[in-house]
Amino acid sequence: MSKIYDVVIIGGGPAGLSAALYASRSKLSTLILEKTKMGGQIVTTEEVANYPGSLFEEGEMETSGPKLIGRMVKQAEHFGSERVMDGVVSVDFTGDIKKVTTISGAEYQGKTVIIATGAYSRKLGAPGEKELTGKGVSYCATCDADFFTDLEVFCVGAGYAAAEEAMYLTKFARKVTIVAREPEFTCAQSIADHVNAHPKVEVQFNTEITDMRGDGILEGCTFKSNITGETWDYEADEEDGTFGIFVFIGYIPATDAFKGHINLDQWGYIPTDEFMATNVPGVYAAGDLRPKELRQVITAASDGAVAATAVEKYIVEKFGH
Amino acid sequence: MIQLEKDTFEAEVLKKEGLVLVDFWSDGCEPCKALMPHVVELSEEFGDKMTFAKLNTAKARRLAIKQKVLGLPTVIIYKDGEKLSELTKDDATKENIRKMITEAL
Repeated sequence: MSKIYDVVIIGGGPAGLSAALYASRSKLSTLILEKTKMGGQIVTTEEVANYPGSLFEEGEMETSGPKLIGRMVKQAEHFGSERVMDGVVSVDFTGDIKKVTTISGAEYQGKTVIIATGAYSRKLGAPGEKELTGKGVSYCATCDADFFTDLEVFCVGAGYAAAEEAMYLTKFARKVTIVAREPEFTCAQSIADHVNAHPKVEVQFNTEITDMRGDGILEGCTFKSNITGETWDYEADEEDGTFGIFVFIGYIPATDAFKGHINLDQWGYIPTDEFMATNVPGVYAAGDLRPKELRQVITAASDGAVAATAVEKYIVEKFGH
Repeated sequence: MIQLEKDTFEAEVLKKEGLVLVDFWSDGCEPCKALMPHVVELSEEFGDKMTFAKLNTAKARRLAIKQKVLGLPTVIIYKDGEKLSELTKDDATKENIRKMITEAL
């Protein structure tokens, strides 16, 4: 008979790690299941300047995504959290003891489950985008900015990610053009100000990329103005041979595995009450996969802590200890 | 796994007979670092049938671009110096790479 954990946390990003910290500090037996890399989306960000307590100083990497997550992992494990690098393929939430089955075929059991699987990059859905992914089209600036050193890049989006990654790209690219459907930035003013002030950055609002093309690597694309309907082509500079399109237009909740097991809203987000409880008793959700106004490390971590605290109360009420 | 450099790539991959799997990665690429242990495991499983190699593109950018690699992680299987198959970004999972290897054999 395999071990029954007090809580099984699916997902090792800030929401899952915060939940693990709070749960294990409350002496709950805690397991984190993470499919690919601890930390989720934030580990591909070089600088996290807006997580409270992260003091950003020029030249220091203390506030990098990987460093921040590294500390969170250490902290959760310090208080007894266990961790297995494996992905969840199916779940059974019908009984009092919840079961999850992983890619490697293992089954884990828990009195409660906290779903913290986060989200993945939304694609533009433009023709040529899929074929040219990894060949000029990217969703990860820290992974790929280097390839575009001294070349031109476009950065699609008007939110936090687009603005901050555009700033990161200025360290490599000769020119960074932000392209957004929106009429203005949707991120904090201070970030928008930084972007506007940078000599290497140009901003084009009310503009979309409708088509991407190239023979084996990105060589051209088409832009469209949402206001005038006018379209124009862009071809890579002859000397350059290629250019980059970095897409930061939001995220899609990674909740496919839970369809049919808990309620999801029409966009795939998991609705919860204020205590992160889903419609199934004993199953909670935390982080970017919840419907919310602000998706940041801080709000994900907050959800994790609330969920873990709710889990603790639930276990006492349901199982008596 | 063989560690490739920009001046050994030609001899070890492009002029090599047989199957060579190359894992393109770089220091700043976290998804690459997460994937690497899985590729190492596959090299232990299939290392007798295929050569496994890795290239840090931070030190070989031009070379990577010449191989049409502008996004990481990318895993390419070469046969007799020609590209046979490749996986990039989200498609580059351990399961998909294993599938690509067994199809090449």
